[in-house]
Amino acid sequence: MFRQASRLLSRSVSAAASSRSTTNRAFSTEVPSTIDSTFVESWKKVAPNMDPPQTPSSFMKPRPSTASSIPTKLTVNFVLPYASELSGKEVDMVIIPATTGQMGVLPGHVPTIAELKPGIMSVHEGTDIKKYFVSSGFAFLHANSVADIIAVEAVPLENIDASQVQKGLAEFTQKLASATTDLEKAEAQIGVEVHSAMNAALSG
Amino acid sequence: MASNAAVPFWRAAGMTYITYSNICANLVRKCLKEPFKAESINREKVHFSLSKWADGKPQKPVLRSDAPEV
Repeated sequence: MFRQASRLLSRSVSAAASSRSTTNRAFSTEVPSTIDSTFVESWKKVAPNMDPPQTPSSFMKPRPSTASSIPTKLTVNFVLPYASELSGKEVDMVIIPATTGQMGVLPGHVPTIAELKPGIMSVHEGTDIKKYFVSSGFAFLHANSVADIIAVEAVPLENIDASQVQKGLAEFTQKLASATTDLEKAEAQIGVEVHSAMNAALSG
Repeated sequence: MASNAAVPFWRAAGMTYITYSNICANLVRKCLKEPFKAESINREKVHFSLSKWADGKPQKPVLRSDAPEV
């Protein structure tokens, strides 16, 4: 490992020195899936009877490229670890509960990665509004008006039991007051935050 | 490399994002109405056997089979 270290270090230093202040990398949604022709040729020389290996990008459907004018609809992919709630759905707007506050996402939104806090996510399609309570997750907004929202747990508001939320809120507020170690305090505070978010979601 | 962003309280207390996220998800699951609650808890059950290796031989396996706890 250490034999390579000096080579790698010098390579990164020279790359940093030679490149401008930012390395211009295309977004994953813009790079077309190109097959490296020099690699394919050298492969054919070495193993003419075998197909060159596929790369993950050759299996992926290419993502829509960034349009020059703002598209009319936002394409939403909303996934959970166990299910794909919305897949390629075209909607007018999505409001996501980012840590920086409720964020409205319209087509043509600036590319953003937002961490989500426990809160309501609403999907607006014409006059139809569908709300989910999201426990936490991330939202990736791409330049081509595709929004990838991933959450660990997302439930429609009707499935939440108000009395349990109240009980949980009281329990965690009490735990927060009596917590001693940092970790206990953190856990209790997470409990208070999640339950108050659910409370606000049910009443708001 | 000093970071300028304020650290979230759970990170300051030594918790990772995954732990935080799992705790949030478990709390939400606990507050669901009945059929959904049982389904979600069932869905999240784990069952695995873990054995550490020493001298090229597996030691006694630890069997974990339970619903995730907060």
